[in-house]
Amino acid sequence: MSHSLVTMSYIVAAILFILSLSGLSNQESSRKGNYFGMLGMAIAIVATILGGSVSGKSALEITVFGTALSGSFTVYGILIVALLIGGSIGARAALKVEMTQMPELVAIMHSLVGMAAVLVGYANFMDSTITITGVEKTIHELEIYIGILIGAVTFSGSVIAFGKLSEKISGKPLLLPGRHWFNLGLLIATVVLGSVFLQQTELGGNALIPLAIMTAIALIFGVHMVMAIGGADMPVVISMLNSYSGWAAAATGFMLSNDLLIVTGALVGSSGAILSYIMCRAMNRNFISVIAGGFGSASGGVAAAIEGDVQPIDAEETAKLLQAAKNIMIIPGYGMAVAQAQHTVYEITKLLRDKGKKVRFGIHPVAGRMPGHMNVLLAEAKVPYDIVFEMDEINDDFANVDVSIVIGANDIVNPSALNDPNSPIAGMPVIECWKGETTIVLKRSMASGYAGVGNPLFVLENTRMLFGDANTTMQAVLKVLKG
Amino acid sequence: MKIGIPKEIHQGEMRVATTPEAAAQIMKLGFTVSVESGAGLGANISDEAYKEAGVEIVTDTKTLWKQSDIIMKVRAPEHNLKLALEETDLLSSGACLISFIWPAQNEALMQKLAARHVTVLAMDSVPRMSRAQKLDALSSMANIAGYRAIVEAAQYFGRFFTGQITAAGKIPPAKVLVIGAGVAGLAAIGTAKGMGAIVRSFDTRPEVKEQIESMDAEFLMLDFKEEGGGTGGYAKTMSKEFIDAEMALFAEQAKEVDIIVTTALIPGRPAPKLITAAMVESMKPGSVIVDLAAEQGGNCELTEKDQVVVKHDVTLIGYTNLPSRLANQSSQLYATNLRHLLTELTPEKNGVINVNMDDEVIRGTTVIKEGNITWPPPAPKLSAAAPQTEAPAYQSVVEQQKKSFLPPAVKQLLPALIAGLILFSLGAVAPESFMAHFTVFVLACFVGYQVIWNVSHSLHTPLMSVTNAISSIIVIGALVQISTTNSTVTILAGVAILLASINIVGGFLVTRRMLEMFRK
Repeated sequence: MSHSLVTMSYIVAAILFILSLSGLSNQESSRKGNYFGMLGMAIAIVATILGGSVSGKSALEITVFGTALSGSFTVYGILIVALLIGGSIGARAALKVEMTQMPELVAIMHSLVGMAAVLVGYANFMDSTITITGVEKTIHELEIYIGILIGAVTFSGSVIAFGKLSEKISGKPLLLPGRHWFNLGLLIATVVLGSVFLQQTELGGNALIPLAIMTAIALIFGVHMVMAIGGADMPVVISMLNSYSGWAAAATGFMLSNDLLIVTGALVGSSGAILSYIMCRAMNRNFISVIAGGFGSASGGVAAAIEGDVQPIDAEETAKLLQAAKNIMIIPGYGMAVAQAQHTVYEITKLLRDKGKKVRFGIHPVAGRMPGHMNVLLAEAKVPYDIVFEMDEINDDFANVDVSIVIGANDIVNPSALNDPNSPIAGMPVIECWKGETTIVLKRSMASGYAGVGNPLFVLENTRMLFGDANTTMQAVLKVLKG
Repeated sequence: MKIGIPKEIHQGEMRVATTPEAAAQIMKLGFTVSVESGAGLGANISDEAYKEAGVEIVTDTKTLWKQSDIIMKVRAPEHNLKLALEETDLLSSGACLISFIWPAQNEALMQKLAARHVTVLAMDSVPRMSRAQKLDALSSMANIAGYRAIVEAAQYFGRFFTGQITAAGKIPPAKVLVIGAGVAGLAAIGTAKGMGAIVRSFDTRPEVKEQIESMDAEFLMLDFKEEGGGTGGYAKTMSKEFIDAEMALFAEQAKEVDIIVTTALIPGRPAPKLITAAMVESMKPGSVIVDLAAEQGGNCELTEKDQVVVKHDVTLIGYTNLPSRLANQSSQLYATNLRHLLTELTPEKNGVINVNMDDEVIRGTTVIKEGNITWPPPAPKLSAAAPQTEAPAYQSVVEQQKKSFLPPAVKQLLPALIAGLILFSLGAVAPESFMAHFTVFVLACFVGYQVIWNVSHSLHTPLMSVTNAISSIIVIGALVQISTTNSTVTILAGVAILLASINIVGGFLVTRRMLEMFRK
């Protein structure tokens, strides 16, 4: 395969990737988009393998225990084994994963991209066959340095994000004293090490040492950055790491002078960046303040205390309210995912829809632990997507809603975000369910949400609290509805 | 405590102070409820309906009054002709009376009640604040009156409300002027609009302009600067100059419109005279005036209380019992207002009322507390038209956050400046080959930006997993390096291929799995 042909294949692959992303603009075209992505990837890999840069001639000599064992593998052998092992692990994970665990899967997959970027960076650094000099060489070394830096941050950050999401690590933000200075110190160290690294490569000294130290620093930085971020900000973190994994690929592309990597990396990088921006806007938070960690550091006065009595309700009364209602809105949150209640919720939805009631779902952009998390859960439970609406689409319509059911959500339905300027979540757009006739809130207890903010919705006169595990209570409601 | 609901004795009064549904709710608060036999007949509620709800029916009026700790009525107590007794005298000492009282107009009644050592809560004195809206009987009754005013007007107005163009000729729509856009006025506007009339409205309070326009009616502007908003969202008396300008406007309108509905009231004062005899005379023959202020003397000079009269070929409707003309529903709303008041009075739900004078709503409503006249209450603190007090506090928070050491113009330009500087320095040192890649990179960022904004919000999770798979394109980097002679490099590249292929297969498959689930 000639060099031009490989480049042409890369162009086709890049176009297929763009089509793949644009296919996601609606549900109908999304499946086709995914196939475009697969095709693009296949073309890129095949073209690279056949393009002459992979040759079966050179073999790998592995020497174990001195000279005791010695074997040789062809490169194709390694390639196929690696692809097969990796592919089967990936396939297994993809088919086994629960939809509620999607955020964890996505996080761990980001870490793999980061790790791969680090490995490719090191491999490229050690590769002695590259013969460039002067400014080009300096730029190339700098590209290696930056590629490894981004890759390492992505890797360790994603591992911590995975730990937090799977609750192996506490979701609470870890706020070290003087953490901003710590971060600044790490940044300065990275820059200094970078110049040392460049000098060493110039002089032909041992440049591997500053590179290794920098990798360690980048890993620490990634850990520290995600540790300082609270659970409610997880959607931002996930999309941010998504973005980083793209930039890591782009940096690798610069390093290898490979335009396909640059294009793909830039696509993914900007996709993640836009998602982060959307998530930040949905929480009315500044991106910098999310990354800097902690919560509510910007608010001035003391938030108004919440007074009043909650009005509990039981499953039977809930069912009665639902039976009397014509227009019902369901607002799911992370609690629904935790309780795995989406299937029961859909059973109820189906029953009510069969009775001729208008049942809709209202989704806040940051409900759940990653962008679009709730949509995927509802899709898993076979909820048709044309009754699932975004916050902006349904917020004006609450005056016509008879009953809203809030399932395991808190901050996203908090009226103080709109009417209490001192609230830590002031200014965050929220689903205004209290404008409907009655709101039923399913909650395990009266504990506050991730933001640690009290919610005056719970004591409003038209709010009823249904305490208990979301799935158990929803099942009780379903039983009553079935009669 | 025992609650008694006597039959209303006022001439033409059809309402009743509780309905079976409201009574059932009241009993949940711990009270027992008795209703005088036949009390609900005017509102089409039979004694049996009350009995079914668990209400005791008492035949003898005197017994009912005597046994009850709380009497709930619609109209203020008056002389009972049948028993030849004052209703006030029937109240047992220490009891509590809840009804309309109009303390400003009924001083003698207030004295009499005070002498009986009773506690009186006046439904007309509920303060106008958002918390008290659910017990605001004036509003709920005014709403009904406004609706009925138009229905009555239609009855006497011998023409269409809506305009039509038929084969037999054109019918112009009726023109309706509503003076005073309070609850009743707005209800009248809505009803008249619904019937197809052209509706204009006037009010001394400029803040209601928006409300009038929201009902699709025309707000008549008076070219005169004076705010008519008094305390508690009610109107106040205006200056002489203002009234002159206002009267000129009405005189002009009277010649044009077919129907005038007047609802102008100033709390505690006789209704202002807005429509003079001369104006009535200038109206077209067959026109109708509905005077909702008839009870307080009328807004029109020629109105006769409780009567329909025709003067100068204009029908003047002076009914004071418009809510009674929709007795069932007005009873329902009034009963709900009373139930909410009782809920406020019995926070412990133990069937014993607590007239807590520290509570602003209860304080305002209570006109006599254990024989002491407590009317008028201190002025309410909030007016519906004055939310400005809260705004500055919010602004200061915003300002605090925005305070920065950089002027805003510099702040806006800063990112562009930094970007420009970076690009410039890059261009100064970077070689040609790098710039080619950099061009590709920047263009790809822009393509990504354009494409991603179109991605549906509901597909954000599949987007992340598919971008994840795509970013594993980094496998290419490993592939081009695996064939070196350096075995460390080969191993590193091999591991990278392994990791990336997990991602490629995993990412695409999980995306496929998710997208399969999205269905209509």
